[in-house]
Amino acid sequence: MSAAKNINISLQIWRQKNSKEKGKMETYKLNDVSTASSFLEMLDQLNEQLVNERKEPIAFDHDCREGICGMCSLYINGRAHGPDTGITTCQLHMRMFNDGDTIVIEPWRSAAFPVIKDLIVDRTSFDRIQQAGGFVSVNTSGNTIDANATPINKSDADKAFEAAACIGCGACVATCKNGSAMLFVGAKVSQYALLPQGRIEATDRVLNMVRQMDEEGFGNCTNTGACEIECPKGISLENIARMNREYLSASLK
Amino acid sequence: MKLDSKIPEGHISQKWTDYKDHLRLVAPNNRPKIDIIVVGTGLAGASAAASFAEMGYNVKAFCYQDSPRRAHSIAAQGGINAAKNYQNDGDSTFRLFYDTIKGGDYRAREANVHRLAEVSGNIIDQCVAQGVPFARDYGGMLDNRSFGGTQVQRTFYAAGQTGQQLLLGAYSALSRQIGLGRVDMYNRHEMLELVKVDGKARGIIARNLITGELERHSAHAVIIATGGYGNVYFLSTNAMGSNVTAGWKIHKQGALFANPCYVQIHPTCIPVHGTNQSKLTLMSESLRNSGRIWVPKKKEDSEAIRAGKLKPTQIPEEDRDYYLERKYPAFGNLVPRDVASRAGKEVCDEGRGIEANDTNEGVYLDFSTEIQNKGKQTAYAKGNHNPSQEEILTLGKKWLEEKYGNLFTMYQKITDENPYETPMKIYPAVHYTMGGVWVDYNLQSTIPGCFVAGEANFSDHGANRLGASALMQGLADGYFVLPYTVSNYLADDIRTGKISTDLPEFVAAENNVKDQINKFLSNNGSKTVDHFHKRLGHIMWNKVGMGRNEKGLTEAISEIAALKEEFYKDVYVPGSSDELNPELEKALRVADFIELGQLMAMDALQRKESCGGHFREEYQDSEGETLRDDENFSFVGAWENKGYDVTKSELHKEELKYEFIKIAARNYK
Amino acid sequence: MALSGLFLIMFLSLHFFINMVSVFSADSFNAMSHFMGYNPLIQFVMQPVLIAGVVFHFVMGFVLELKNRSARPVAYVKYDGAANASWASRNMIISGVVVLAFLGLHMYDFWVQEIAYKYCLANPIDETRYYGELVHKFESPVRTGLYSVAFVLLGLHLWHGFTSSLQSVGFDNKIGKSLHKICYAFAVIVPFGFIFIALFHHFINN
Repeated sequence: MSAAKNINISLQIWRQKNSKEKGKMETYKLNDVSTASSFLEMLDQLNEQLVNERKEPIAFDHDCREGICGMCSLYINGRAHGPDTGITTCQLHMRMFNDGDTIVIEPWRSAAFPVIKDLIVDRTSFDRIQQAGGFVSVNTSGNTIDANATPINKSDADKAFEAAACIGCGACVATCKNGSAMLFVGAKVSQYALLPQGRIEATDRVLNMVRQMDEEGFGNCTNTGACEIECPKGISLENIARMNREYLSASLK
Repeated sequence: MKLDSKIPEGHISQKWTDYKDHLRLVAPNNRPKIDIIVVGTGLAGASAAASFAEMGYNVKAFCYQDSPRRAHSIAAQGGINAAKNYQNDGDSTFRLFYDTIKGGDYRAREANVHRLAEVSGNIIDQCVAQGVPFARDYGGMLDNRSFGGTQVQRTFYAAGQTGQQLLLGAYSALSRQIGLGRVDMYNRHEMLELVKVDGKARGIIARNLITGELERHSAHAVIIATGGYGNVYFLSTNAMGSNVTAGWKIHKQGALFANPCYVQIHPTCIPVHGTNQSKLTLMSESLRNSGRIWVPKKKEDSEAIRAGKLKPTQIPEEDRDYYLERKYPAFGNLVPRDVASRAGKEVCDEGRGIEANDTNEGVYLDFSTEIQNKGKQTAYAKGNHNPSQEEILTLGKKWLEEKYGNLFTMYQKITDENPYETPMKIYPAVHYTMGGVWVDYNLQSTIPGCFVAGEANFSDHGANRLGASALMQGLADGYFVLPYTVSNYLADDIRTGKISTDLPEFVAAENNVKDQINKFLSNNGSKTVDHFHKRLGHIMWNKVGMGRNEKGLTEAISEIAALKEEFYKDVYVPGSSDELNPELEKALRVADFIELGQLMAMDALQRKESCGGHFREEYQDSEGETLRDDENFSFVGAWENKGYDVTKSELHKEELKYEFIKIAARNYK
Repeated sequence: MALSGLFLIMFLSLHFFINMVSVFSADSFNAMSHFMGYNPLIQFVMQPVLIAGVVFHFVMGFVLELKNRSARPVAYVKYDGAANASWASRNMIISGVVVLAFLGLHMYDFWVQEIAYKYCLANPIDETRYYGELVHKFESPVRTGLYSVAFVLLGLHLWHGFTSSLQSVGFDNKIGKSLHKICYAFAVIVPFGFIFIALFHHFINN
């Protein structure tokens, strides 16, 4: 363990007043940042400094700060969620940086994720994809069949869980050189495709979700694999292949 | 005001069934004439919104996050309880009911808790039907594990992400209804006022957090499902945005706020590292199955550790105080959360804390014994009956990794320490709030038409919640209670017609909010919102935290009153009202937290007993355990707001009657 | 892209096989080349299909690239693509364009002249001319050098393209995973084989 120390850093951050106005990179100096701080706590510190200087604080998305809600984003030094793998930005710590570093922070860049303000983007396109088919059509009822009435092969259940672990943060889109959402959609399609409850609507689901994905303006997958590396939850590329299979067989039906 | 809990007559096992059978219904052809607002899209809110929409009502759902999927239910780790008895260990609806009442230290309402236990099985059925990927065994059946405070295995789970999977299930049901046009979803919207017309809840004022626009939304009923208020302490395991505003606004409009002093402090969180810290991270309760909690016996050793002169691994066995094992030999490290938390505070108060931060608060959670035991076991199982120390260590660490790998990695990412080599440092942190808006058996607050569900209400957990019961309650309320009780209420509204948002009540409510916003923006004070929030948190943690006493609470009440004055005089909120303005959002939330904090201190002061998470130092037995006073305090303390000065709030008491459970002292020795 | 790519890989394999023969036997090479050049099924069915396949692959490649670029209208100021994806996978358009340029030259060299030989000049059938033509092409060191560079790029294109096409058609199971190794081997062996053939004729036969 390296003991926490304080470092001074320089930050280049994308500032944009709202979705209509143009934005630009601006530079800030921030001193005495504890290396034990999380990256977002560093931004809190910068904002505190800006507010005290009567300047406008930087808007960025965040909520749970424990890597599960998927709200935080940020493209840090050229990488989604910064220079570490298997984590979200809120789990990134300042000990990954050195005294005197310049850190570049940008919002997710995608036609389907327009900037709302500064580092905040609109990810409702993900919601709309989900609304197009990311569900099992079962109404609330106290009279569905018993949970153990349909056994599910453990390995399928485990794979479905791994796919369902997606937090919908959008790092896959942000990091993909094509701005493709295939990992996100593939994970959702896979979760349901692997479970008997989801099989019934599998054909319509994959067609509808892919149609919606295309309408939202995401790019196409060229299998560079960057999404899998940057995904905070390690969602596998296998899910994209599975979706491709599902899509091909659904198209032929 | 006379509190009527509307608990139906009859035997406890029949109450809900009989009651449900006699509730009024709204016919399918009338439901499209009725609007329902749901604020919050966590387990309770999303499940309620989806269910109402499926029934045919027009639903408007609101969340402050950028998507309903991000509500903080998503962060729940361990699991969800249900009395399915799949493991054949004698579980039943009654046992789940009994464990929950006992775990809550006999401060919850019998009828509500029994209903919760009754529908618990339905929740699992519903979630599986939705495609929630619960953990399964090799035969394809659902797996269970055990949690604190029970003797059965009734906890269903999906790795360490059960909350996430359940929320995504409810979100998928909600998404389906949004896609069908049955739910209008308002992301990045925050409710800032309740609108009452003729005494009934008829709408809300919500702020569009992107444009800053204030919007009027009308409905025939308003459901508040906005979670707990742990962030009143500034540092908690809650999400940064979690707030009490919706609950507090309805409180100020006449809804009673019950048991605000019941707060659950979770024993195993990563300790505070510094003044810029924004959030505390939970390490799952399951770790206490394998870890042993200790601090040095000698104060000097603790001091040396804090100074970096000694490492924990250098403290010999005889100089370690495994204080939970010492004090509670029967349950050891697996005592309930409130008991473990208090014991940790006690040893740190004695100066034996080991974390080198401002407060020196932290204790060790040590896995070395488990590494030895499991390493040896694994070696034997492999036929190696004479393993070397090195082999034992390797195998033991591997065993730990299989079981808790993701938690260990998370710990290492945050602290930069390797928990396989050196003990974890942990300390209690605010986690869940049992108190909340007072509701009757229908989950309706004292404002007609305003219902409150999930953690936002007070109803099911008494003074302490058992692990894996929060998820159960959220989904029970949303899927299986509100659809019935809200329909019963709405049966009167089939002729009402659309509620106009041009009514003077809407105009007045909107103006109220506008005034408050403008006041903040033109205040031009000298300190940031966080500055006040941190100071509030400091008061709350020190005086309304794990150990409370009359003096501290009295001080807290006046300190918070002073803080409130200063806040309104000196807070600086930058920016304008017609844009995305996170500082303004925070200011509006902190204003409500300050008032709530004061009420919590008042509630803690009036409750002259110790129960569950509420520990009054004056009321403990000879061994330092909680001492309830059932004769005088077996009631729900529900507060009525009387305006700006919170100290003028009036306490109403709802007597708790235990007809089917015999009250006893909780004993974990 | 995936299907046309897999089709072109099949063609490439055949082409590679025939060219490799030239290293071992001039006569066999001539016989095979003659068969390919004069068999009506090859000439009037397979050749148009191949051309369609090539055109489709390239046109779609450009369309895909343009669509994908428009999916990110504002570029990152700092983009560390190398941190999570190979150069080959990120630059299919570059390797593709180089291969396309080479293909233009190649078509001019062989196909245009072949068509001219057969149909415009209406030369008589000569079943033994192919080997000589081939050797002649690799006389110039510049041409041989460019040829080799183009194949290195083709190798990179295949390195990503082959496994990628399997992923795109959803072929990702246990067999698919072991196939990946074969794909990578193909991406190395075939282009370098072509280069070997070129160098062989350049140094040995010229």
